[in-house]
Amino acid sequence: MYHVSVMNGCFGLDKQPKTLYLSDLQVHHGSCNGGLYSRPFIESFEETPMLVAVLTYMGYGILTIFGYLRDFLRARKIEKCHIAREREEQKDFVPLYQDFENFYTRNLYMRIRDNWNRPICSVPADKVDLVERVSYDYNWTFSHTGRVVKDVINMGSYNYLGFSENKGSCADAVAEVTLKYGAGVGSTRQEMGNLDGHEELEKLVARFLGVESAMAFGMGFATNSMNIPALAGKGCLILSDELNHASLVLGARLSGSTIRVFKHNNMQSLEKLLRDAIVHGQPRTHRPWKKILILVEGIYSMEGSIIRLPEVIALKKKYKAYLYLDEAHSIGALGGRGRGVVDYFGLDPTDVDIMMGTFTKSFGAAGGYIGGKKELIDYLRSHSHSAVYATSMSPPVVEQIITSMKCIMGEDGTTIGTERIQQLAENTVYFRRRLREMGFIIYGNNDSPVVPLMVYMPAKIGAFGREMLKRNIGVVVVGFPATPIIESRARFCVSAAHTKEMLDQALSAISEVGDLLQLKYSRHRILPTLDRPFDETTYEECED
Amino acid sequence: MIQTTKMASGQQWVLVEMVQAFYEAPAYHLILEGILILWIIRLLFSKTYKLQERSDLTEKEKEELIEEWQPEPLVPAVSNDHPSLNYDVVTGPPSHKITVNGKECINFASFNFLGLLDNERVKQKALASLKKYGVGTCGPRGFYGTFDVHLELEERLAKFMKTEEAIIYSYGFATIASAIPAYSKRGDIVFVDEAACFSIQKGLQASRSFIKYFKHNDMEDLERLLKEQELEDQKNPRKARVTRRFIVVEGLYMNTSDICPLPELVKLKYKYKVRIFLEESMSFGVLGEHGRGVTEHFGVSIDDIDLISANMENAVASIGGFCCGRSFVIDHQRLSGQGYCFSASLPPMLASAAIEALNIMEEDPEIFTILREKCKHAHKALQDIPGLKVVGEAFAPALHLQLEHSTGSRESDVRTLRSIIDYCLDRQIALTQARYLDKEERFLPPPSIRVVVTVEQTEEEIEKATSCIREAALARLE
Repeated sequence: MYHVSVMNGCFGLDKQPKTLYLSDLQVHHGSCNGGLYSRPFIESFEETPMLVAVLTYMGYGILTIFGYLRDFLRARKIEKCHIAREREEQKDFVPLYQDFENFYTRNLYMRIRDNWNRPICSVPADKVDLVERVSYDYNWTFSHTGRVVKDVINMGSYNYLGFSENKGSCADAVAEVTLKYGAGVGSTRQEMGNLDGHEELEKLVARFLGVESAMAFGMGFATNSMNIPALAGKGCLILSDELNHASLVLGARLSGSTIRVFKHNNMQSLEKLLRDAIVHGQPRTHRPWKKILILVEGIYSMEGSIIRLPEVIALKKKYKAYLYLDEAHSIGALGGRGRGVVDYFGLDPTDVDIMMGTFTKSFGAAGGYIGGKKELIDYLRSHSHSAVYATSMSPPVVEQIITSMKCIMGEDGTTIGTERIQQLAENTVYFRRRLREMGFIIYGNNDSPVVPLMVYMPAKIGAFGREMLKRNIGVVVVGFPATPIIESRARFCVSAAHTKEMLDQALSAISEVGDLLQLKYSRHRILPTLDRPFDETTYEECED
Repeated sequence: MIQTTKMASGQQWVLVEMVQAFYEAPAYHLILEGILILWIIRLLFSKTYKLQERSDLTEKEKEELIEEWQPEPLVPAVSNDHPSLNYDVVTGPPSHKITVNGKECINFASFNFLGLLDNERVKQKALASLKKYGVGTCGPRGFYGTFDVHLELEERLAKFMKTEEAIIYSYGFATIASAIPAYSKRGDIVFVDEAACFSIQKGLQASRSFIKYFKHNDMEDLERLLKEQELEDQKNPRKARVTRRFIVVEGLYMNTSDICPLPELVKLKYKYKVRIFLEESMSFGVLGEHGRGVTEHFGVSIDDIDLISANMENAVASIGGFCCGRSFVIDHQRLSGQGYCFSASLPPMLASAAIEALNIMEEDPEIFTILREKCKHAHKALQDIPGLKVVGEAFAPALHLQLEHSTGSRESDVRTLRSIIDYCLDRQIALTQARYLDKEERFLPPPSIRVVVTVEQTEEEIEKATSCIREAALARLE
């Protein structure tokens, strides 16, 4: 069955054409949700076909049996063992790794390891040059042949607006700063590492987002893991989406608060958790919670889904919770002006208490930021772990962000920014439509530039990656443990730098490989329901 | 008709068999089955109970509770004159001559030990890399974020440190904070020095292991803890066989600027079968004949240390961090180091800068001796300042100046030190206070001024700085 969520505004359908571009999709207007949405919200997660699920489990079962066999052969020295071994002098120490922990790595991941960690030797732009590598011992070791695979179409890098470039005004400005300031800083923000560039960047980010104040950090992962503990502590409650990124989960754990998980993008689940939390208070003592923090992401990169932000904000206001929005993938990539998921839905940025994002994806740099009210940012300036203990951002990186952000805002005097945002939106819609028409199962929202294509079977993961590389397209395939075990997928990242010809080339290669590997699982049977059904299972409470 | 009779007789036949079997079965078997059937009937009719307590509140009461509940404000208010709120602003490059708050000063505050922040060769290499690769990597290492520059830097680091393999992180803080939880899990035991820096503390917190602190640099205290653990193990040998143990120490401690007694630690390692993780951020590129750190300083074989972690933000004057050791140990982090797998990789221009810094370190091992001489000189010159005492080894490049007699309140101590720093800033010596998160640190060090000696400072400049600090102490400390 095909679960499709369609929300249409009650008053005044927006200017986009009403019929959706899937001719065989029957649209039933769902209830309007009070007119929270000003544009159609179309998200779909087609269910795994039964036969495919059975075959996938069988595949894993066979691989596991072979894994045990190979382990046995390796233990008996019948098969050559490439695994690194402990030192002779330390043989009687407690083993550093348990055998079963690495079972998956040794026996499944090793077989298809050549699809990951592919080294590149050029700018990760629309096309990229890969370093050719071969393995003569079934992926245990790689050697570089010395050749370069040129002009591989890059559908794997997070280059949504195409700012990953080594020429142009951004690169020139960065070159100037490199020669003047150098690469490193050598001190923390609170000590001697606060450069004038940092202050300029923070003012610009605040203006870009439409908030009072902002603060920048050197690493996106660390932004989450170091600042959530500063905002929540013991006696607070964190409500986190099921599929949140590892950095959010780590930050929530390090904070010491109680964590409860709600079903992915499911507003009934979230509301139930909120009500129960406020009514019952802390477990056992029933004292009221000090504060409730909701952690969500703008675009979920493994599912391609967009957070239902209008509903989350309505819930947050009703129950007086605080909202932490991680826009790692959505900043720059969504919205008419590129201001992220808040802009996409046409909402007020001051409604989101903490707006976090990264500069890695749409700005072609590195680092993260947090934006919000002045009190919040002042508190973070004095109490964030990163400001006290971590080296501040490198000056050339700061300059790259400043120039690319000004370009997106149109302040550099050109229209490159708006053109690229427009191009990305068109590319996304086109790419998704064509893939769906071909018959693949695509997850996620129609407007999300992250496109997961379901592959399911373990052997097809490796085959898809390799076959696409043969046709000069670089894709990313993901399996367990980043995804549930039977839902392995290939993930495409559409970029504004891709021209229509490149997309067509990629699409024809994908179709070819899809026919070869029989990946066109979609059965196009649509039974539109409102949301993904919410079952009455109680929430899971994490122990930390 | 015939078929149904045949079927009926067939059924009867089966029934007869059944009754016969019933008579032939042993008594206990029948009784057991009877009890089971009765039990199933009882379970079917008993009331189910939910683990979650069912609240007896009415809807109206629930609505009232929801209305009444007021959360705390998201963040507590921070007063405008909070000491950590107003940063010193550096205009221009943070090199030997630094412009702080508009005044040009000599830099005694940035960790630029080898003076490479301003080095022309390093800048040119970074520029060349920018022209080839751009700035960002647009992806984690697993998804087209691995550049040939990263692989080259990892090889060079492994060769420099004479280990099998090295792994790079894009953020110095995240290096040891991701390395520890990759190996030490719930149920494992970690013995760590009290003066460990904050990133080690965060790594330990993320690992959920049992943490045992031993007194700073006190090997007897550590041995006592290890002996206690041995006794525990003898009570439960099965559990002991699967509990991993680690010792985490720093080469040169950031908070106290002294050195760890590495040879004794290695002896304890083999005696009690504990693995050693060594954090060398402050000693990499400083100690040892070739700058390889505290292992070279003591002449300890590098294979005896399971993992060496350092950040590249001090001596190497770039951004990021690395871990090095045997492949058996390091390779594991490529799939389970959180800061490695789930984060974008280091921008290639910063990696190129690090490679060039390594080149300079390899070409000219003299700079390490020169640096240590300057440190000794500065250490000597800072003695006998009335009211301030020097904390740290003579050859440590980052020293702490603490108040000899604290006023009793940390806030007023901090203010006093700040006034000394302001005095020095006015006279063109840039200093800074060592910053800590007061509430989060486990063993909060006393407030201090950080004095950093770099290879670029001349003897006159060191003299000028020390006499300036002496004047400031006399002026501001009654």
